[in-house]
Amino acid sequence: MWNNNLRLFLATFAVVAGALSAASSAAPATTFQLVEIAPGVYAHQGETALMTRANLGAIANLGAIVGGEAVAVIDTGGSLLEAKAFLAALREKTQKPIRYVVNTHAHPDHVFGNAAFAGPGVTFVGHKNLPRALAARGAHYLSSFRQTMGDALDGVSIIGPSLTVAETATLDLGDRTIDLQAWRTSHSEADLTVLDKNTGTLFSGDLLFLQHVPVVDGSLLGFLEVADRLAAVKAERVVAGHGPMVAPWPKALEDEKAYLTRLTADLRAAIKKGEGVAAASADAAASERAKWRLFDDYNPRNATAGFAELEWEEP
Amino acid sequence: MTRTARATLAAAFFAVSLAIGARAQTNAPDPWPGLVTDLFKGRDIRKADGTIALEAPTRAEDAAIVPMTMRFADPANVRVATLVIDQNPMPMAATFTLGDKAAVDFIETRVRVNSYTNVHAVAETRDGALHSEMKFVKASGGCSAPAGKDPDEARANMGKMKYREFKSAVAGKREAQIMIRHPNNSGLQMDQITRAYTPAHYVDAVEVWQGDELIFKMEGGISLSEDPNFRFTYAPNGAKTLRVVAHDNQGGAFKAEWPIAEAS
Repeated sequence: MWNNNLRLFLATFAVVAGALSAASSAAPATTFQLVEIAPGVYAHQGETALMTRANLGAIANLGAIVGGEAVAVIDTGGSLLEAKAFLAALREKTQKPIRYVVNTHAHPDHVFGNAAFAGPGVTFVGHKNLPRALAARGAHYLSSFRQTMGDALDGVSIIGPSLTVAETATLDLGDRTIDLQAWRTSHSEADLTVLDKNTGTLFSGDLLFLQHVPVVDGSLLGFLEVADRLAAVKAERVVAGHGPMVAPWPKALEDEKAYLTRLTADLRAAIKKGEGVAAASADAAASERAKWRLFDDYNPRNATAGFAELEWEEP
Repeated sequence: MTRTARATLAAAFFAVSLAIGARAQTNAPDPWPGLVTDLFKGRDIRKADGTIALEAPTRAEDAAIVPMTMRFADPANVRVATLVIDQNPMPMAATFTLGDKAAVDFIETRVRVNSYTNVHAVAETRDGALHSEMKFVKASGGCSAPAGKDPDEARANMGKMKYREFKSAVAGKREAQIMIRHPNNSGLQMDQITRAYTPAHYVDAVEVWQGDELIFKMEGGISLSEDPNFRFTYAPNGAKTLRVVAHDNQGGAFKAEWPIAEAS
């Protein structure tokens, strides 16, 4: 029964998505909404939530950039099912071949849909550390999300990049190029951003969180530094990894920087006082709670890892 | 599809998710009886008799860094303390043999937790009896992997150590923290693409001395977190320095010595 429900849901999801985007009318929540946010630049807003069977892991913002000849897809979503809906919605917009699939980092909500896009002529692209990150974490992600997402995880496989970026790279889509930049360990060890200079649109991946509390799975100090350096990227708008689909740049960075700064300051103070990691991580950045969603899901974890990082600083 | 229909389906999904979550928790076979046989030769273990207390978080916020503290009611009477993460691939996280005169009140360390698991702390008292306390730890969301954050940094700094002293809450005791930079690779992370494993590389032995007297020695495995970390109290013997000797499973040897601050 469960399987049938899921299939019914997905079939409806796909059909409604196709029909509605063809009519380009306001779509209800059941459709996979892919919005043209700038000429030839499309984005999808994920739900600000944890990945579940009910939401099919569709929690991250995804995107696509259409050039004269080909398409680049930016992140593929949290399940094969979400990715198939994404692909169907994209095919309503363009029939040009997908030449590149860029993964902004290794987290499941950004890479679990890769298999939907695999095929001849498609090159997967990622940070030079992405293969290593997927190697270290892929098996754990598959088994732990199987427990929470059940058969919504069917068909998900770990597909790594065949083109990796150590610093910067430019991808040619025909009459349109997009610039990739690899960053030092910050949100994660493999963060890559995509800039469409034609329209001044930056896809930040999870180097930018809006409304969804930032997640630190790499380095707190690295994240702070990268957030500063990111501000220098010349763009008009940003598609963040999570939260509202489009935001003004670089103003969109302000809340995240305030959170990371507060967390760092609180942890340093706790370490100086001689507090242990458990006590410190329970209180750090508490003053930021009201500003963010999913705060209690991620802040204690950020604080725990941040504590272990910052206690190596010299006094 | 209408909003109502979707909400109903969503509710159904949610209910089933909960049911599956509960099943995952309760249906896993309990490895503890087997661990008692393997790690403690099947000896009788007294439960929660107050000899040893275990502080563990109810939820492992970061699966790679889960703080655990073992406390001893009568420190002079405890010879060995063992921390076991039942559901981990290598359950025995660490065995601490305490110095005869060290009178260690507590040892806090950090471990990796792969999934929902019981954690056992087992003390062997000087009469040879075993005493345990158990806590259940929920693994955090699936995104939280028991993996290192920055392998390059871990490798670059391997063997670097740090020592801190704290004001002890126990009269006449000193409280200290030893931190060792080490990736502590488990050897269990299989690359899903190449099907190859990262070789195991972890700290397997640490000795902490004040002068010529042992405070504790630890034998550990891959369940210890990257950058092994120990915070503990001990009874000072007047020695001027605290000394650490650590080894890893690939033959790495790391030593450090620090002056002990004058008692304040």
